[in-house]
Amino acid sequence: MISPPPSGPLDRPAAHALAGRHWLRAWEPIPWILALGLFVLFPKHLAFGTELLVTILFALSLDLVLGYAGIVTLGHAAFFGAGAYTVGILAKRGLWTEPITGLILAAAVAAAVGLGSGVVLLRTRGLTLLMLTLCTMALLEEAANLAHDYTGGFDGLDSLPIAPLLGRFEFNPLYPTTQYLYVLAVLFVCFLFVRTLVYSPFGQSLTGIRENILRMRAVGAPVRQRLVLCYTLSAAIAGVAGGIWAQANAYVNLGTLALDRAATVLIILVLGGFGRLYGAFIGAVAYMALSHFLSKVYPTGWQLGLGLLLVVIALFANNGILGLVETCSRALRRRGAGAPAPGASAGQ
Amino acid sequence: MPPGGPGDAPAAPLLETRRLCRNFGALAAARDIDFRLEAGARHALIGPNGAGKTTFVNLLSGLIRPSAGQVLLKGNDVTRVVEAERVKLGIARTFQINRLFRGLTVLENVYLAVAERLGAAPSMLRPAGRRLDVVLESMRLLETLKLADDAGHRVSELPYGRQRLVELAITLGLTPDVLLLDEPAAGVPSAESHVILDAVASLPRDIAVLIIDHDMDLVFRFADRITVMVGGAIFATGSPREIGANPDVRAVYLGQAHRG
Amino acid sequence: MIWGVDVASMLLGGVAAGMVLFIVSVGLSVTMGLMGFVNLAHGGFAMLGGYAIVQAMKHWGLGFVPALVFGFVVTALVSVVLERLLYSRLYRANELDQVLLTIGLVFVMIASVTLLLGPENQPIRLPAALQGQIDLGIVRYRTYSVVLIAAGLLIAAALWLVFERTQIGAQIRAAVDNRRMAESLGINIDRLFTITFAAGSGLAALGGGLGAEFLGLDPQYPLKYLVYFLIVVAVGGLGRVTGVFWAALLIGVLDFVLKKYLPQGGTAFIYAFTILLLLWRPQGLFGGAAR
Repeated sequence: MISPPPSGPLDRPAAHALAGRHWLRAWEPIPWILALGLFVLFPKHLAFGTELLVTILFALSLDLVLGYAGIVTLGHAAFFGAGAYTVGILAKRGLWTEPITGLILAAAVAAAVGLGSGVVLLRTRGLTLLMLTLCTMALLEEAANLAHDYTGGFDGLDSLPIAPLLGRFEFNPLYPTTQYLYVLAVLFVCFLFVRTLVYSPFGQSLTGIRENILRMRAVGAPVRQRLVLCYTLSAAIAGVAGGIWAQANAYVNLGTLALDRAATVLIILVLGGFGRLYGAFIGAVAYMALSHFLSKVYPTGWQLGLGLLLVVIALFANNGILGLVETCSRALRRRGAGAPAPGASAGQ
Repeated sequence: MPPGGPGDAPAAPLLETRRLCRNFGALAAARDIDFRLEAGARHALIGPNGAGKTTFVNLLSGLIRPSAGQVLLKGNDVTRVVEAERVKLGIARTFQINRLFRGLTVLENVYLAVAERLGAAPSMLRPAGRRLDVVLESMRLLETLKLADDAGHRVSELPYGRQRLVELAITLGLTPDVLLLDEPAAGVPSAESHVILDAVASLPRDIAVLIIDHDMDLVFRFADRITVMVGGAIFATGSPREIGANPDVRAVYLGQAHRG
Repeated sequence: MIWGVDVASMLLGGVAAGMVLFIVSVGLSVTMGLMGFVNLAHGGFAMLGGYAIVQAMKHWGLGFVPALVFGFVVTALVSVVLERLLYSRLYRANELDQVLLTIGLVFVMIASVTLLLGPENQPIRLPAALQGQIDLGIVRYRTYSVVLIAAGLLIAAALWLVFERTQIGAQIRAAVDNRRMAESLGINIDRLFTITFAAGSGLAALGGGLGAEFLGLDPQYPLKYLVYFLIVVAVGGLGRVTGVFWAALLIGVLDFVLKKYLPQGGTAFIYAFTILLLLWRPQGLFGGAAR
């Protein structure tokens, strides 16, 4: 431990701010309290709740690559599907039905896919990379379609036998109480991991890569290695999300690998605000609440509204809801403080 | 011939190029450049626009590969070594146009460089702010460059002159043995440029520094040795007095002024 | 003998499909090469144009060719409006914003069309002269496929003339190769882009109308074929008309051949082929060095 002199450099406010960045903020327990509240107060909506939590986990995994490493991908459902089908195929064939270890297997398979594709794809960037992520996911979807003996093809695999959790708690499709708490627990564990990662020096270097990849190379960072590692970890978490989706629904189909799913999770993350841990939460809640009410009633209107919303976000609010909140609070704070930002010069 | 000071034994060069060439299609941006830089050198590289100075620095730092020739760092051939690896071997540079992490604070900018150097960057499980060794060294560096008051401010909020200092701070955080400065005061309003110049003047004596600049006052004040580049090749090398008195050098510059 | 006829008719079918792909995708390739703008809504313009053409023929009794012209013009105009209002704000923006904008636009296009005209496929009634079969000597083939091939060659030739022999074509080529240098030479890139965007969208409309007979025309068209258009553009190389031409033919023929001999794995093969090609040459078959 370094013990600095009484009023040394480490006592500067900037150093303090950096040192305390990872501390728990007062409002951070709120999402978890709300999630438990949902369980207690709205027992009839637990199926929706489970779907919501899985979506949050998936969006969280995308945030790692998009929000922190700056990799734009439309193919993240490849890993979701890889995890889902791992669980599905093993369960359907009676090879493995234990849920928790099943998730670990799902994560491992998805991570392997992520590592394999990341090592080759991340040599490219921009449009080529986007294309390749799309093609990889489409290829996996086609492969799943072709291997219909294993994957059930277009119909998918249903009525997956999932063993009771910890030997005691059954997954009941009609009363998804076990599913909900299980998914919540998994989400919590994964969230802790992602949060730790984001505040670590590794996470900081990912932010550096996103902000200025050229400068990161110029300070000696092995950029591609970091990106591949980030991509693999993100794939693993997406695989957990897919696996848990399959377990909770006792079902898996080609939709887990579809462009629709990949595009939706991207929209959700952008809506909430990427690069800010809780964007996944806010985006998922906002999107799924709206979609739950509107898309059933008026599907075309929902698509029109969503399209317009995306146009507005792209032009004016590409940092999503959390970004808007940040801008507002910064403006309020500045007005409160009175003085303009220090040393601010126009246009720089 | 290796320069050295008067009476010094000739030192092994820290940085050396042998017949370094770089072509862009038909354009020869670097032609058979033989160059040496010793430890403790204060060397300036001048020349008219388009002479290939930045290309040369890009070749030295590894941003681009040469078409022919070698680059040697501390006696080792680094011609095939990529930029990020070369930084680890002890050569770092600043850019003519800032390459900064604009959305991050000044402290975070320097932190990234120091963390890479100290090997802290791959760590995934400890919070960044708890690596006190990295934070301490970053803050100390900022204090040396009189940036400590701005440590908590976003780079994008700073005036251009201070941003240029951050560029220098990041590079110094890598504690290179060879430092390449590409027009360090470029774009800085003259009222603020003295801070940059003071910082450059107070760099550690054992580092070898190569500076590109157009400001002749700065160059003649700072450099022990000056190299003039024209059309991708070395035109003249010598002490400031020799270069200043060289009529061909004057002609090259005056010629440019006439044409340009 | 039979085998030869089979191959010939398959090739013709593939080439015809490739021509449609070319006509739709060429605009996308040039605008992407020119501005580096990721336009995922390009298929939407093909759809809008196709719908305009079909509606003109159905409700206003326009002939096939006049309807095509109408579709071209209307779509070009709509695209100019969208370009000035929306696209132009994001030229210097990052890729994610461009992706979001264009996905949003596609959703709006799809929803609007569904609201106005319903979700069903729009059948197109080809003029009697273009239906039926034509005798080509070795083989009797569908007249319409021959017409498509002829149309594709005509458009390719016209584009070649524009790019190689006109000043504006030279400007576009220069700007695709090196935008910054072209700007410093005084070329107005923004105006160039508007023109290219309009022409490209108009061509997409033509492709949508011409291809409606076998690609179909329903609100899901832009998303259904998005990956295909992107593949053709990426494989051919951004901003290269020759590149798009050959890539479109290649993909068209491959698709036809695979559907016949490998009906199950055909699409997967094309994706795998694209991945391998882009890994080997990220700039596509004909693309210049990476920007």
